[in-house]
Amino acid sequence: MKVPRRSILKNTVAAGGGLLLGFPLNGASRNGAAFAPNAFIRIAPDGRITFLIGRTEFGQGVFTSLSMMIAEELEVDLAKVEVRNAPADPAYDHPSFGKQMTGGSQSVMGSWQPMRMAGAVAREMLVRAAAARWKAAPESCRAERGVVLHTQSGRRLSYGELASAAARQPVPREVALKPASEWKVIGRPMPRVDGKASVEGRTEFGIDVTAPGMLTALIARPPAFGARVRAFRAAKALAVAGVRAVVPVDAGVAVVASGFWSASRGLEALEVDWTDSPLKDLTSDGQRAQYAALARTPGKLARNIGDADAALRSAARVIEAEYEVPYVAHAMMEPLNCVADVRADRCDVWTGTQYQSHDRESAALAAGLPLDRVQLHTLQCGTGFGRRWAMTSYFVVEAVQLSKAVKAPVKVVWTREDDIRGGWYRPRYYHSMAGALDDQGALLAWRQRIAGQPIFVGSTEEQNYAKDGIDGGHTGGSNIAYPAPNQRVEIHMVMEGPPVQTMRAVGGTHNGFVTECFFDEMAYAAGRDPVEWRLELLKGRPRLRAALALAAEKAGWGRALPRGRGLGAAAVDYHTCIAEIAEVSVSDDGVVKVHRIVAGVDAGTVINPSGLRAQVEGGILFALSPTLLSALTVDRGRTLESNFHDFRVISIADAPDIEIHMSGGGGPPQGVGEAAVPCVPAAVANAVFAATGRRVRRLPIRPEDLRGWRG
Amino acid sequence: MAILTLLVNGVRRRVDVDPSTPLLWVLRENLRLTGAKFGCGAALCGVCTVLVNGEAVRSCVTPVSSVANGERIVTIEGAGATPAGAALQQAWLDEDVVQCGYCQPGQIMAAAALLLKHPKPTDDDIDRELSGVLCRCSTYHRIRRAIHRGAAAMSGGSR
Ligand code: FES
Ligand code: FES
Repeated sequence: MKVPRRSILKNTVAAGGGLLLGFPLNGASRNGAAFAPNAFIRIAPDGRITFLIGRTEFGQGVFTSLSMMIAEELEVDLAKVEVRNAPADPAYDHPSFGKQMTGGSQSVMGSWQPMRMAGAVAREMLVRAAAARWKAAPESCRAERGVVLHTQSGRRLSYGELASAAARQPVPREVALKPASEWKVIGRPMPRVDGKASVEGRTEFGIDVTAPGMLTALIARPPAFGARVRAFRAAKALAVAGVRAVVPVDAGVAVVASGFWSASRGLEALEVDWTDSPLKDLTSDGQRAQYAALARTPGKLARNIGDADAALRSAARVIEAEYEVPYVAHAMMEPLNCVADVRADRCDVWTGTQYQSHDRESAALAAGLPLDRVQLHTLQCGTGFGRRWAMTSYFVVEAVQLSKAVKAPVKVVWTREDDIRGGWYRPRYYHSMAGALDDQGALLAWRQRIAGQPIFVGSTEEQNYAKDGIDGGHTGGSNIAYPAPNQRVEIHMVMEGPPVQTMRAVGGTHNGFVTECFFDEMAYAAGRDPVEWRLELLKGRPRLRAALALAAEKAGWGRALPRGRGLGAAAVDYHTCIAEIAEVSVSDDGVVKVHRIVAGVDAGTVINPSGLRAQVEGGILFALSPTLLSALTVDRGRTLESNFHDFRVISIADAPDIEIHMSGGGGPPQGVGEAAVPCVPAAVANAVFAATGRRVRRLPIRPEDLRGWRG
Repeated sequence: MAILTLLVNGVRRRVDVDPSTPLLWVLRENLRLTGAKFGCGAALCGVCTVLVNGEAVRSCVTPVSSVANGERIVTIEGAGATPAGAALQQAWLDEDVVQCGYCQPGQIMAAAALLLKHPKPTDDDIDRELSGVLCRCSTYHRIRRAIHRGAAAMSGGSR
């Protein structure tokens, strides 16, 4: 996801090496005895230190990495800090997005300055408070592991002892951040701050929330997209023990009960008649034909260099190919859920969300209350992958509507079937590719035509992620790293289909596959080794080039392998520069086994090496599911798959070896939550080609696409 | 509705529930032991895994009445009081396994059942017994290492 250019942090180095605060550190509070120098840090007189993290933790490790940034400057031992979810409040808006949201691999980048500054400001105020008490110069004091020391006299005061005095210090307008050479926390592997709670089953997720008198609701949702309730008969549902109410809401008809099981039994007994789906004539094959036909014609221009069409007409050699990917569900481990408690004068919402500012506004509207009467409490999320960034806040709105209707706190839980069949998928896409080589075999032209449903155009987020009506879901990741003098990207936006949305790596989920496979095809057509040619063309992209060179070396690129076994490469610049080499074998009947993926990674300055590796490992395996197993079939307006038996994802037994090698480094830290995703399907499909001589141009790679490959 | 007595984490707990209710919901809602998670409701994802008499069971499809006759139920909240559970929890921390953490109670309980059967599990044993517990964060490599580490710690400790 691209960052809208909204507010750029402007920090200027002041005389003496301090950094002038170029943005407001909101959220300072002078209430009570606790020291609250900004929105992120609370130090109580009893010594308890709390960090409030405004980015949502859904597995990517922000609680740990952002806390490390604060702790580095605040000079505290992270093991002694309690890390909590911040409330929904503009003080926690993302500095680039201008909203309180988590996504786009922007948490580390967007926090790098503010979190360190928050820590530095607090430390400075504590030091000044100590100096004042000792009547010493602040320069003669230093902070270390939660205490301020007076160097000469050896006097010391803990942060807790200094809290109330520090709170009366003015907030400095200028602080010095430590140079990298003095870092004690940043760059060292830090285990997850929430690890212990997690392995003891104490982490509170949204689905674990309870409130006095809370009821649980399941919702009969449309069996097909866009179907509406024509009529319902509640009597049988109401006869189920524990069922309290049957309530129509925007999403369908809710059965509200004392607990999940009663609601589930009630839902089985509920009778609902639905209208036909407006998409009832949409079939998977028809859609495929429609998309393919579109992709074969010129579309809306999204990117242009030179004159690709002319070059394609006159080139010595033209290569053409078509690629496709299906709808894919996020299948978050924790299904969507939300607790709402609407009262006459206030509303509380508890949920795992990636989009607090929008959800809070939506809750206020649904509750009919002013925004300042609505509190949104963020819970940890059992994965997110983009699905909890809901442009219509639908999973919050339905809980608010229900709580308002039954006048009690209500928890709405989505079943796995609701989740898999409920839309908001990564769209299906069809790509038509054309490339040209000149008579020397050099890359002359590159043209990509992409057909699919837009994610942002026509949505409330259009202005942010669909500049000039060009949908970022189509084009993200289509900007190839290889210089071609003539390049053209065109898009076709199909407006009809189930609701779609962002998924981890967004455009990169399909463009990584398509562009890096098609480049491979061109390399073979040019008679070039796919890695060597990439390295040659990446001369102007040293970070990406080095990452690829490293991955290739470590993977043993170029070594002889028997027929049926192969290596494939892919490389992308996704904030983080990453290259991956996959090693696969293909059985006689076409079953692909991925043995190993070797990654070369340049993520700039690494905050937490353990967390970074976790994200690369996780990102690679996340992408392996749609590469080999996961697909949805949307047919006649409904989704045929419903749970993990037919929407398959990889298990521990399918996980290949993963090797991660760090390349380059330095400079601002880059996000890694998504970077590992785009290369995976391309590296695997390219390896399949090397193993079998067969190009697979659709995902997932199916045995039937490779059957008979031995000829 | 029926009054049933469950033996959970070594403690007898009385509950008044519909006997067909899956154990998962009794644990989570009646006993407020929310460590076992809901992921699919159909024995397909394993995040609801608990031990019943030392065997890993999917609590989302286990009627509570079938485990109310003195069966020993152990959930993640009680795992630390068992040698395998404690060793695995420590190994999980040492390997920094957790990402979102949602599946981890199920992973640890499935691993505990594995160690009870195979104190020195092979990778194949792990594949067989753990492949029914999905992790969408894909912490699989660290889970595997943590199981080996936990197994080693246990056998070391008993010598
Ligand atoms: S919730 Fe029980 S196996 Fe998925
Ligand atoms: S740690 Fe997130 S699903 Fe396993």
